Amino acid sequence: MPEALSVGSSLSLTTITLFLPMVGLTILLFMNEEKDKDAIKWTAFGFTIATFIASLLMAFNFDVNDAGLQMAQRNDWLPQLGISYFVGVDGLSMLMVLLSTIIMPIAVMASFRAGVLEERGRSKLYYIFMLLLEWAMIGVFVVQDLIIFYIFWEVTLVPMYFLIGIWGAENRVYAAVKFFLYTMAGSILMLLAILYVGNAAGTFAVPEIIAGVQSGQLTFVMDGVFSEQSFLFLGFLIAFAIKVPIWPLHSWLPDAHVQAPTAGSVVLAGVLLKMGTYAMIRFNLPMFPEASVTWAPVVAGLGVIGIIYGAWVCYAQTDMKKLVAYSSVSHLGFVVLGIFSLTPQGIQGATIQMISHGISTGGLFLMVGMLYERRHTKLMAAYGGIWKAMPVFGGIGLIISLSSMGLPGLNGFVGEFTILLGAIGSGVLGIGFALVATVGVILAAVYILKMFQAIFMGELDKEENMNLPDLHWQEIAVLVPILLLIFWIGLQPSAWFDMLDATTASLIAGIADFAPEIIVQAGS
Amino acid sequence: MENLAQIAPLIILFPAIGAFINFFWGAKMGEGASAMVGTVASGSSFLVALGLLAYLTGNGFNPAVINPPLLDSWIRIDSVGLDISWQTRVDTLSVSMTLFVTFVGTLIHIYAAGYMHGDPRFSRFFAYLNMFLAFMLILVMGNNLLMMFVGWEGVGLCSYLLISFWWDKPGGEGIANSNAGRKAFIANRVGDFGVLIAIFLSFWAFGTLDYYKPNEIPNPQVSAAHLEEETDSSRVFYSFADEDVEMSQLGMFGQVARYVRIDEAASVSLDNARTILNQARGTGDEQLIAQAEALLETTRAEADANRPQFNIGPATFGIGTLLTLITLFMLLGVTGKSAQIPLFVWLPDAMAGPTPVSALIHAATMVTAGVYMMVRSNIMFHHAELTSIIVALIGATTALVAGFIAIGQFDIKRVLAYSTISQLGFMVAAVGLGAYVAAMFHMITHAFFKALLFLGSGSVIHGMEHGHHHVHLHDADHPEAVTHDSHDDDGFDPQDMRYMGGLREKMPVTYWTYLFGTIALAGIWPFAGFWSKDEILLDAWYVGFEKGLFQGFIVLGLLFAAAAFTAFYMWRQIEMVFHGKPRHEAAEHASESSRSMTIPLVILAFFALFVGFINIPSGIGFPFTFGLEGVLGVHLLGDFLEYSIFAEAFNLLTFNALIAIPALAVGIGGILAARSVYGGGKAIDASGQDPLQADPNTALVWNVAYARMYWDEIYFALIINPYIRIADFLYEVVDWGFLHDYFHDSVLIRGYRSMGDLLARPFDLGIIDGAVNGLGWLAGRIGGGLRLTQTGYVRTYAVALLLGVVAVIILMLLPLI
Repeated sequence: MPEALSVGSSLSLTTITLFLPMVGLTILLFMNEEKDKDAIKWTAFGFTIATFIASLLMAFNFDVNDAGLQMAQRNDWLPQLGISYFVGVDGLSMLMVLLSTIIMPIAVMASFRAGVLEERGRSKLYYIFMLLLEWAMIGVFVVQDLIIFYIFWEVTLVPMYFLIGIWGAENRVYAAVKFFLYTMAGSILMLLAILYVGNAAGTFAVPEIIAGVQSGQLTFVMDGVFSEQSFLFLGFLIAFAIKVPIWPLHSWLPDAHVQAPTAGSVVLAGVLLKMGTYAMIRFNLPMFPEASVTWAPVVAGLGVIGIIYGAWVCYAQTDMKKLVAYSSVSHLGFVVLGIFSLTPQGIQGATIQMISHGISTGGLFLMVGMLYERRHTKLMAAYGGIWKAMPVFGGIGLIISLSSMGLPGLNGFVGEFTILLGAIGSGVLGIGFALVATVGVILAAVYILKMFQAIFMGELDKEENMNLPDLHWQEIAVLVPILLLIFWIGLQPSAWFDMLDATTASLIAGIADFAPEIIVQAGS
Repeated sequence: MENLAQIAPLIILFPAIGAFINFFWGAKMGEGASAMVGTVASGSSFLVALGLLAYLTGNGFNPAVINPPLLDSWIRIDSVGLDISWQTRVDTLSVSMTLFVTFVGTLIHIYAAGYMHGDPRFSRFFAYLNMFLAFMLILVMGNNLLMMFVGWEGVGLCSYLLISFWWDKPGGEGIANSNAGRKAFIANRVGDFGVLIAIFLSFWAFGTLDYYKPNEIPNPQVSAAHLEEETDSSRVFYSFADEDVEMSQLGMFGQVARYVRIDEAASVSLDNARTILNQARGTGDEQLIAQAEALLETTRAEADANRPQFNIGPATFGIGTLLTLITLFMLLGVTGKSAQIPLFVWLPDAMAGPTPVSALIHAATMVTAGVYMMVRSNIMFHHAELTSIIVALIGATTALVAGFIAIGQFDIKRVLAYSTISQLGFMVAAVGLGAYVAAMFHMITHAFFKALLFLGSGSVIHGMEHGHHHVHLHDADHPEAVTHDSHDDDGFDPQDMRYMGGLREKMPVTYWTYLFGTIALAGIWPFAGFWSKDEILLDAWYVGFEKGLFQGFIVLGLLFAAAAFTAFYMWRQIEMVFHGKPRHEAAEHASESSRSMTIPLVILAFFALFVGFINIPSGIGFPFTFGLEGVLGVHLLGDFLEYSIFAEAFNLLTFNALIAIPALAVGIGGILAARSVYGGGKAIDASGQDPLQADPNTALVWNVAYARMYWDEIYFALIINPYIRIADFLYEVVDWGFLHDYFHDSVLIRGYRSMGDLLARPFDLGIIDGAVNGLGWLAGRIGGGLRLTQTGYVRTYAVALLLGVVAVIILMLLPLI
């Protein structure tokens, strides 16, 4: 049985950041739906901003040279079962927390002008669900105990289910149920694997389990493809793969995106999908190093199929939201490829790509939402020449589109480049993986430019598009942080990489103890 | 003077600022101020380029690497030694590029001020032009492959935006314009795929993407003399010839040189051992033979151990295979950006953009980026023999094919577009022959005379539009209302040469400058094209006859034929556009363009005549050079570039009349042939046909050229249509039909239901019924917004989960309270 880790039990910055949305939620509960209409939305927005500031404080306190958990806190919860309230961040968690706290204020502010809230009302419940969602997402990224991780993982489903189900489009119930069922189906396998691992280790604390695996005190048998470790690896992986989603488990995604309200899509694409890829790095790689190496070509292969398939299917779309949804399958295929290249470049690139995708795809969904608010259709054919009617929107739309297709100098390229760099030199994959995946870069241009042209270019000939108002200041305010991040990560991403470097290096070193072939050196 | 190189980042900054100002305030500033900002930004870059030239001449032509102030590295991962910087490189190659790019760029800015006058997005146009310059300068000034790639894709983006600049034209023309832009971007992305792979392979092979490290000098032989004079002790130069320099201190090109040498040394010792063995066998002495065999064995083992091996993932390559792979992938990028077979199809369509764009981006600068990349990587191409052969053949074939297609075109700009593809083919062929200086020389001369021709064609189009406008509206007071490049209802197309004729009298400045450009392009002495084209032909002759390599003969033949076509289609254009009688009332009423447009034409015409003298070959003198070699020296450009080109790859040839005279004859012959076919007012016959089309002997061949050899049709049939069909199939059948509908509804849902029924049995016994009923009631309250009838289970579960959450929160808070 692994040794227990000593971690402080006093209130940490991580806990404060985690529970700030809960404080906001509690306040909202006592507000009046009708009387405090504006106060409700500004309170919700205020608390997402407060959470963002708290996470910034965490980032400033973060020591980039320390590979271990920082700002950690641990309190016994059910000690007899080995379950504890255990939170803390390493480089990976830190960046994912930042992603969540950046996306949430944007999503909340984007809801201010949502017509669907006017139509269907219940805005108090809506903002409560948004804050609940933020709490659960941050929880997923900071908890270090498997059982509590599972709880947070499941909890994220609830607000999203209702956000889609209540404020979604025509087919919302079908989409909400499908979203729920798919994710639940995967989670059951994960729960079994968690209980098995916890039982074997005598603790559910992830750092302790990993330390046990590293020191050899805790062994999951790995001989042949189908053995104990493989099954555990797959138990976790399938749950995460559905969330990402990895091809061919993606068919809930277009439904969920098309039906979700704009802010729901932004959070879903921006953060929720990344829970899957985050969890692969957090749990699969260090807990099951040998199985990770054995299964890497399979998982990375599915990622590569997803890249090409997603991009190809995008071209056949007529609905803008569906196109962006399928583009996520393609973009997240890159992330999966990066992770299972098992190189520092690939994994860091994958993390940067998770953030970049959150920003650019979030931006694309916001754009679609802004068009939808004006014209009440998501069909590309209804537009054309919009750049003339909405010049500011056209310019911003161009930048976000280019960022999504990975133009160098913008955020999307940095992640894709490092992923592909890692993949081509990976010790466990062949060059073919990266060669095929790089074709995805071409296909991305094919579908993004098709959409951009269909919306913005051509003669402005449709009567109802002639007098579309350009962006409102609140809409610009929502897009400005996205633009800033696009250029910041695109031109000077060092600060982001620095946060990951120590964490990734120690993760790779840990796997290399079991499979030295993953260590690759550039230069002859 | 030593610190003068520090100004290098400004060359990028000025146009970037210009673009920024025009993006945000251009529309408010008005045309004059907007054009002024753009032109001043571009001109400032030219001044910086002159400053950098002064730096180089004052410092023995040794390079400088400048870190931009305030900026961190770009992509840096410390733990794996990945560090890609935003460094700029000042060396003779990058400075030659910047000089002509910014000079021609500035002239085109001035021209555009007149050409774009009255356009509703005038300031946006200048913002794009400046943005393009900034990216082009990043491309040539970067000190690593990835920075070059930033510029590479950036200029592609600007090209896309400028080709589709008139995306709002009515009647489907706007869509056609933006389709052309999209085609350009995607064709280039296919090439970019190759560049990316080349970058990945280079990184894993060399551990760096820097061309050279700051202290490195690429050509030690020529720099040795200057090293002695180096006074600044803080700058210690070393070259990759120094054995005691660690491999990791070298940039990728220095490493290539070193690895190749190690590899060759292994081969040499092996050959020596073989020779010894053969000699021993000759003596017949058993003991000697045994000794020699043992020696061969040990030498072979040593050679195998010494030969550099490159591990990329699980694969291992020797240096030869590695360089071949990298250069072949680069070549794919070249065929995209520099419009070579098979990716050249985007360039003719790119003529949908405003004419200054065609001149700047699609003739003088951006399209030469592929050639620049190959010259920059000259050491790799030099050692990749297979690639070099392919490069030479692709270039020469493209030169001929595009030259042939140009003969069958009626659109004045399309002829020039195919001409550009053809001339780029000359440059690419030169690179394939190892004639890197000749490629650069032709790139520079071509930039001047092709920019001149495009701007001249813009002036013609402008004149035609005014003439057309004059006839139809009789409203000469408001010429700014003219819109460019629009196909009017009556079918009149201002770019169609069939409507022109006789413009010589109407537009004299345009005519004479266009004539200069034509003669320069046709390669007639003493114009610029004569000197640069001759040098490429000379190199082909050298590779064929002196070195005895087959590609030299093939390239020589193909390029001679292409040169004949060049002279022919250019003179055909002169006859159709300027000579004879006007064939349309628009041509009848055409008038000369404004000063802002004609002054750049005159300046460029001057250079079209004289720029060839920057690289006068040795072995020719007065009167053929007007004695200019006394002023400019012999091989001025070659000697300058020698500091950037790998010593072994550097070669300057002596003038050879046996090549120059036939080349001149071919040029003159092409002109005379075109004159006999199209001259004397029969450029277009009464039925609106080309004489070659009307003549049954030539009609068949001519029609193939007219149909552009069906390249587009073939691509649609083989690639684009299948791509779209497969996309539809993947989406409708595989994704929606199978995965979405069948798999979800039939397999998943049914499985879930039956599992649910199985689990529900204990519930049916009434044990937990009460609890569930209670939950159901709660679910009804909370999930009231959901009109959920078919799957009550899920709603119940969601609510149960929610309640569970509340319970968990309370439990979690307990220990804290």
